[in-house]
This record gives sequence, C-alpha cells and structure tokens, in this order.
Amino acid sequence: MAKHIVTLIKGKLNVTNGTGCGECDNSCQSACKTSCTVGNQECERK
Amino acid sequence: MTSPFWQPQIHKFTLAGKKYLLDVNSSSLHVVDDLTWHLADYLGSETPPSPKLPGLEHFSPDQIAEGWQELQDLVEQGYLWTAISEPPCAERDPALKAICLNVAHDCNLRCKYCFAATGHFGRERSLMSFEVGKQSIDFLLASSGSRRNLAIDFFGGEPLLNWTVTRQLIEYAESAVQAAGKRLKITLTTNATGLTPEIGDYLNAHRVNVVLSLDGRPQVHDAMRATGTEGGYAQVQANISRFLAQEPPGGYYVRGTFTRHNLDFSQDVLHLADLGYREISLEPVVTKIGGLALTEADLPALLAEYEKLAETIIELRRNGRAINFYHFNIGTFHAPCMERRIRGCGAGQEYVAITPEGEIYPCHQFVGQEQFRLGTVFTGIRHPEVQDMFAGVNIMTKTECRSCWARFYCSGGCYANSYAFSGDIAGNYAIGCELQKKRIECALAVAAEGLSSEN
Repeated sequence: MAKHIVTLIKGKLNVTNGTGCGECDNSCQSACKTSCTVGNQECERK
Repeated sequence: MTSPFWQPQIHKFTLAGKKYLLDVNSSSLHVVDDLTWHLADYLGSETPPSPKLPGLEHFSPDQIAEGWQELQDLVEQGYLWTAISEPPCAERDPALKAICLNVAHDCNLRCKYCFAATGHFGRERSLMSFEVGKQSIDFLLASSGSRRNLAIDFFGGEPLLNWTVTRQLIEYAESAVQAAGKRLKITLTTNATGLTPEIGDYLNAHRVNVVLSLDGRPQVHDAMRATGTEGGYAQVQANISRFLAQEPPGGYYVRGTFTRHNLDFSQDVLHLADLGYREISLEPVVTKIGGLALTEADLPALLAEYEKLAETIIELRRNGRAINFYHFNIGTFHAPCMERRIRGCGAGQEYVAITPEGEIYPCHQFVGQEQFRLGTVFTGIRHPEVQDMFAGVNIMTKTECRSCWARFYCSGGCYANSYAFSGDIAGNYAIGCELQKKRIECALAVAAEGLSSEN
C-alpha cells in the first residue's frame, strides 16, 4: 500500500503509427478561436 | 544501444496545496508528499539518494528507502520515468474535416482587439452568397475522403449579418452531408447582438453549437466591444441569457477575450458563472496593439490569476457547483492518440477557412494574408506547397517544443500566433507558451480534484 504517492492518472500514450482515425476535432473551430489545445480534446473512438 | 527518442522526463508543480508529479512521456499524474517530491529529483539514479543531498536532509535513511521504493514501483509499472524509444509517425491523413465559413466579412461592432480588423480582414466589407457557400460545402464533402465526422463553423465578422444565406447553407449542408452518409457538427460564432428569439429557436431546432461573445463584467465588456447603443453588455447579456434559458441541445460556449485591461480576468469568469452560464471560455488576447497586448511584465500576474481561478473552481466543485472553463478541460482517460498529440492543429490540411469570395486559407486567422492563400473553392487547392509547409511543423520539428514538458498537451500550439509573433509558423510565441503551460497545470489539478472526489 503506497504511503507517499497517490496515482491519479495511469497514462499511456496511444501510438497509432499513422493509423489514427482523424475523427477528433483538429483545430480551434469549436470554442476558442484563438489558442486551443489538443489536450482539452478527447478521442472520438473511446 | 541507441538512446530513446524522448528521454525520461518529469514535471513537478504545486497547485491548491498539493504537489503533483507528471510523467511527461506517459501522461501519468501522481500526487506526492514532501519526501517523494524531493526524491523525484534523483530519478534515473540506480540507488536511493543519500540523505545528505539537497532536499533530503530532514529525512531518515529508512524513510528515503521507503519513498524511493514507491517511486521505483511506478517506474517498473510504466507510470513514471518512461521513455519513448522511436520517433512517432508524423504522417496523417490530409483529408479535409472542417471548414470555417466566413459568411460575413463585416461586423456591426468595432471591438478594439479584433484580429479580423473589425470584421473585414483588411478588405472590402462583403457577404458570402449562397452559391459560394454551397460550393464550399461541396468542396468539403469532395475533399473529406473517408472522414465520417465533418464540421462547419459559421463565422465572420458577424455571421448573423448574413442570416438568410446562413440558414440556407445550414439546410443545404445538413442534406448534403446526410446524403453522403456522414455526420455534421455545426457551430456558429456570434456577438449575440442580433440573436433574436426566432434565430435562437432555429439554431436549437438544428442543434447548432453556438459560441456567444461576452467578455465578462459590464465595464470590461463595454470598454472593448460597445459601439454607441449597440453591442453593450446589457443588450448582449440579455440576448445570451434568453437563448441559454432554452438549454441549447447543440451545446454552447460563452466566450470572451481578456486583455491587459483586465489582468484580474478570473473575476470575469466568475461573473459569467454567476449569470448561470456553465460553459465558459475566456481567452488571452493575441495582439500587438499597445495598451491591450499582454507583455512579459504581465506574466507573473497572469499566471497567478490562472492559479487563483483553478483554486476557485476546485473549491466550487467541492461545494457542488460545476463550472466548465474551456481551457481547464483536459483529456485524461480518453486522450487523443499520439498522431494528434504531435501536431494538434489541422490548419491548412484538415481544416481551412473560406472567404465570402470563395478563397481558401489555412485557417480563419490567416485570411487575407496572400502568401498563405491555398486556392479557391472553384479551382481547388492551387498551392499544395503551403499545405506541405503546415504539415511539416510538429513538436518534433519545433525546437522549443521538443524538450518542453507540455508538448503532448499543447501539441505545438497555434501556427497563426507563432507567425504573428515570430514571422514563422514554426516559430515561438513565448508569452503564449508560458500561459499555456500554466493552463495545463491548472487543468491537470482541476481534473485531479474530480478524480479524487470520485475515488
């Protein structure tokens, strides 16, 4: 039982090697129009 | 043995009284105590660090051994000190997915910070005809390859100045996309001055996602946007509140801009929240206009303000009140794939902007800059070399991005901002980077709070 660390997100980058579906939002066309990040998107293929 | 493409890397930050440890290459996030916070500085060492080393003076050898073992367990599990051995594939299907239809190069407001030069993009004021819009939608469909989810943003200027054509195009797009067996997300960005009940009903009936411009507190909004009797806070706020009372089925964002005039912008976010708006986006201005532009000297105040906002949102959440601040959203369990993370923006390839005359530009922010013109919806793409230029920029080719801890969240940032401040789409907008990194820390902390309360 860990006493010192709480892991909140067990991350793993999804490496697709060029086979990504490309269905997620790909620009700031949604809400912001100036400085969007990809980090605030989620995969459409979840 | 060759060294990995991305070496192990961690990022440590504190927020709202907690210490966070982000494993950059896996995007794993840990909350740590004081001991492991200091021990993390020695990751990569094969043996536990000596108690004599900086930061560890107050811990016993047994405590250090225990904390070190916990860190090593995470390393073995692949959630800490991870490496990426090979460079990820930078190839991406260039098929078009989204268009920004500038249906009006005109606006009834004269907002001081407008990147579109008060709506006309430095040209004659003009409105898009149905024929140009129809051709644009046909161009999207013809260029979309196997992409299933398409998007159209009705933009301007102010799109409601061309409402009749906008309606016609919404209906044409719906039928054309359906006939092609694809799906369509429609967004409309408006200053809400012309958002009548009838227009609101129409947008909701067609499940249009609406981005509504309001900068926050009355004095902040009116200082930037009001023009005489039009565009003032009272008018816009009333229109937005009436529209949102219908709970738009297509979704919405109330979206504002902050400038050097309101470095205390968290008050504007909270003002919008107090009006009952749940989906809020408030963006830093990107301009060089003196008096409005954010400067390096403003950075300490801006970073502190983001932290203050994050802490307030966390506190509100604990009290059962949710605010969805767009820049504090972050993909955690269903994050985008590596392909998307190494080059977030699809401008110029998967996304283009189209002018009222049918000219194609890489995105709405490049409109009117002739060197970036790609072609027209009638001729198709005539300058693939410009597309190639955009396709060649990613977090592996941008020097500043390659070693940045935020690279897999920011994904290289905005081409237009980079170009505006460095003269190169592969350049760097230093202030934007600092703000971005702070927003990502805040977003992770807000997400972590949600996870804590769920567990």
